[in-house]
Amino acid sequence: MEFPTSASPQTIAGYTVPRVMFQVLLALAPVLAVQVYLYGPGPLWLVAVACLTALASEALALALRRRPSQAALRDGSVLVTAVLLALAVPPLLPWWLLAFGTAFAVLIGKHAYGGLGQNPFNPAMVGYAVLLVSFPLEMTRWPVPGPEWDALTGATALDALRTGLRQGYTMQEVRAGAEFGRLGAAGSEWVNLAALAGGAYLLGRRIIRWQIPVAMLAGLAVPAALAHGLDPGAHAGATFHLASGATMLGAFFIATDPVSAATSDRGRLLYGAGIGLVTWIIRSWGGYPDGVAFAVLLMNLAVPLLDRVTVPRIHGHP
Amino acid sequence: MNAATLLPAVGVAAGLAVVLGAALGWLATRLRADPDSLVERLDALLPQTQCGQCRYPGCRPYAVAIASGEAGTDRCPPGGEATARALATLLGREPRPVDPRYGETRPPQVAVIDEARCIGCALCLPACPVDAIVGAPRFVHTVIEAQCTGCELCLPPCPVDCIALLPSPGEAYRACTAPASA
Amino acid sequence: MHRAGFRMSARPVLRGGLRLESHKARPLEHSVQLLPAPSIAVLALDQGSGEEARAVVTPGTRVRVGTRVAAGIGAAADLHSPVSGEVRAVELRPTASGQGTCIVVASDGRDEREPGLAPLNWSTLDGAALLEALAGGGLAGFGGAAFPTAAKLALARVAGVELLLLNGAECEPWICCDDALLRERASDVVLGTRVMLAACGARRATIALEDDKPEARAALEAALAAAGDARLAIVVLPAVFPLGAEGLLIAAVIGREVPTGALPPEVGVVCQNVGTAAAVARYVSAGMPALTRLVTVTGSGVRRPANLEARIGTPVAELVAACGGYGDTPPAARLIAGGSLTGRALATDAVPVTKGLNCVLVATAADLPWREAQVPCIRCGDCAAVCPVALLPQQLHRAARADDLAGLARFGLTDCIECGCCDYVCPSAIPLTAGFRAARERQQLHEAERRRAVETKARYERHRRRQGEEAEAERRAFEAARRRAQSDGAGRA
Repeated sequence: MEFPTSASPQTIAGYTVPRVMFQVLLALAPVLAVQVYLYGPGPLWLVAVACLTALASEALALALRRRPSQAALRDGSVLVTAVLLALAVPPLLPWWLLAFGTAFAVLIGKHAYGGLGQNPFNPAMVGYAVLLVSFPLEMTRWPVPGPEWDALTGATALDALRTGLRQGYTMQEVRAGAEFGRLGAAGSEWVNLAALAGGAYLLGRRIIRWQIPVAMLAGLAVPAALAHGLDPGAHAGATFHLASGATMLGAFFIATDPVSAATSDRGRLLYGAGIGLVTWIIRSWGGYPDGVAFAVLLMNLAVPLLDRVTVPRIHGHP
Repeated sequence: MNAATLLPAVGVAAGLAVVLGAALGWLATRLRADPDSLVERLDALLPQTQCGQCRYPGCRPYAVAIASGEAGTDRCPPGGEATARALATLLGREPRPVDPRYGETRPPQVAVIDEARCIGCALCLPACPVDAIVGAPRFVHTVIEAQCTGCELCLPPCPVDCIALLPSPGEAYRACTAPASA
Repeated sequence: MHRAGFRMSARPVLRGGLRLESHKARPLEHSVQLLPAPSIAVLALDQGSGEEARAVVTPGTRVRVGTRVAAGIGAAADLHSPVSGEVRAVELRPTASGQGTCIVVASDGRDEREPGLAPLNWSTLDGAALLEALAGGGLAGFGGAAFPTAAKLALARVAGVELLLLNGAECEPWICCDDALLRERASDVVLGTRVMLAACGARRATIALEDDKPEARAALEAALAAAGDARLAIVVLPAVFPLGAEGLLIAAVIGREVPTGALPPEVGVVCQNVGTAAAVARYVSAGMPALTRLVTVTGSGVRRPANLEARIGTPVAELVAACGGYGDTPPAARLIAGGSLTGRALATDAVPVTKGLNCVLVATAADLPWREAQVPCIRCGDCAAVCPVALLPQQLHRAARADDLAGLARFGLTDCIECGCCDYVCPSAIPLTAGFRAARERQQLHEAERRRAVETKARYERHRRRQGEEAEAERRAFEAARRRAQSDGAGRA
């Protein structure tokens, strides 16, 4: 009797890229839910816009590159980029700005470098950075969270922190402001908690590994705690930093993008720590209120170097 | 902006330029790569066919020429694209494809003497740069297949044109293990 | 995910690796079945080591059970006929490695033994004499590599090893012949171990088992107690794939790694499979060379999975037939020689049993989930997390695709044991291991070309020197003649 042949190993576990991406989208659901609760139905609309634009851009890019588009569109990686970007931008952002940012992220941030698996930079952060730099006003207009969905816009907690400290107020005085909740920024602390929950789910399902999130949170918390300990009036503490801005979203969803992250476990620890540290530096002294996006992009630049110096010791080698 | 603020700024910039330039120049002389070792390393990358297609009389003279900057890395057809890339990578330059003016990259080949037509003139013996032809005047000559590099230098001297080039026997196996295109 | 993370004492026993469903229960429900001799025995000259033995018979030669039909050389051991009858042919036949030269013997059904085969009084022989006696038994590594046992033990003796490690781990799913061997013939394994101890000169022996074999462990402990040899001990390890790979097993048991490119005797260990030990025991107690082995026939595509004792040279089709034949629902999709991760897919069931064949897996499509479409690498790093030798398969994959030989060397291609763990977990369904195998071959070709280039260069240098010397000699002769002509002329003038 004859049989077909195949090369070993003769079986695989059956994990596929679409399944991984779906789990990530599932883990982002709590974040979306919290944002809708705080800011109204805006985020839903933004997510829809971003997803549609992303799919359309990907189809366009694949057609231009003369690649088969069926399988690539089904793998869901571009949807993760879209949803992350939609959740990272303010819910009041005009939809056409988000569409522009998403299209840029997919076309330039991903496909200009060669498509899935080839981009050196996190595509969502590329889109976010372009929007932030080109439209700073719209990108920093966050609504005051609360049941009145047509309320005014105001400064975020990180904004208030920066301007307050620069104007000479102490940390305690700034902290008492209305933008602050119990842990961190009002409203934003809930988003961070939701992201933490989603991240814990991904860790439990072993979709992501612990090195990058833990290193990033440590890289952010440790300098913050030290600085706060040395000069409480001029620096916010670790808890505040961990619960504000895009920290948790960044730690569990953005920095863990495998394509643009370092390769080995030790490299990932350094990568995560670097992101945390640079985020803290930008938040404390930089020109932008939240530094996660730029921190991620800067560490993406460092990845080739990290890969070179953190090759693990092979079994049997000295 | 007036002279008072301009002058110090220009002075600092100029001073930095002088200091850094001097430092770079000094380092360039102190840390210059040993030219001999470079030639050795370049020679080690070449296929050693000693065919002369690069217009130099052998692989080592070509390596010397590359090291001195006289020749480019695109002159070795027997080495093919892999060698051209390796040479360029060693020198830190942009790899250039093999220039077709210096010859065509062919799959590995060996020379075979048609013994029925060989007249034993011994003119091909000194032509072979690696002494792969055995024979003597008025004795039939033959090529030692394992030592032939396919450089084709024995073809011109043969008065009866009895030498042919055939694909090297190892070629079929090499073709089977060529890198996948996917 | 299936990734293993565990500790034995304070130190992890294996980095990475996979905890897999074992699929070993069904064949072990019955005891080992003895398969009758085949009517045609196909004896491959390459029994799994990659090198062929030299045939010493020709078509028409009459042979008996135990007659030597091929002489061992290098990595090939002696080969003996498992049936009595006549040699039909020495020709190319399909084998587990594709195809190979085989000695085809037609059995006369009489099972006549070769006269002169007698038990060996091994305890009276010293090390060197024992090794020589063992060399005639055709004993080879039954774990799959089929390397001549006597040669391996001799190398170990020269190196002065102090530990003989018996590999009873059987970490790969579906394979359970070693488990069955230990359950039913533990005393053979113990005897074989003691013989090998004497042959290689080691001071003690450790039999390594995995913790999913409690019955085998109990049987072995009883056999050890009966033998009363204090030099033998058991060690139980967690059931992780690929802990049974020689280098990894050694590191787990003695806590030291075999340096890359070196052999186990360098760290004072020699490793043998428990099946080999049992074959050694049979050889010394009955004088019978290695003629049979236990083979697991399993998979959902065969009606009655079982462990069989089959003669070398039996076509796999006969093994399947003895187990009830191929099932129809669901139908058999693939035939694998070995386990689900390192096994070889066979094109035909005419392939014969060899000394290195431990399992015949008649797999349905559901038994062995296969790849969907391949997509580009997303750099998730799961491959590196499971690699038991701490490689970065992701980087190796990129280097292999770019034909970057320096990169392949830097990331340790030569250390890859081709276990397949990286393929197993890859979400992009990339055939990593196949790529590494091909890259290895290309690397070897490249190295052969480089060696050739060095030799060619040497010949060229000699050629130029010779030409220079010839030219120099010619010039001197010319000068000498000219001087002579001048002095003659001057004389005459």
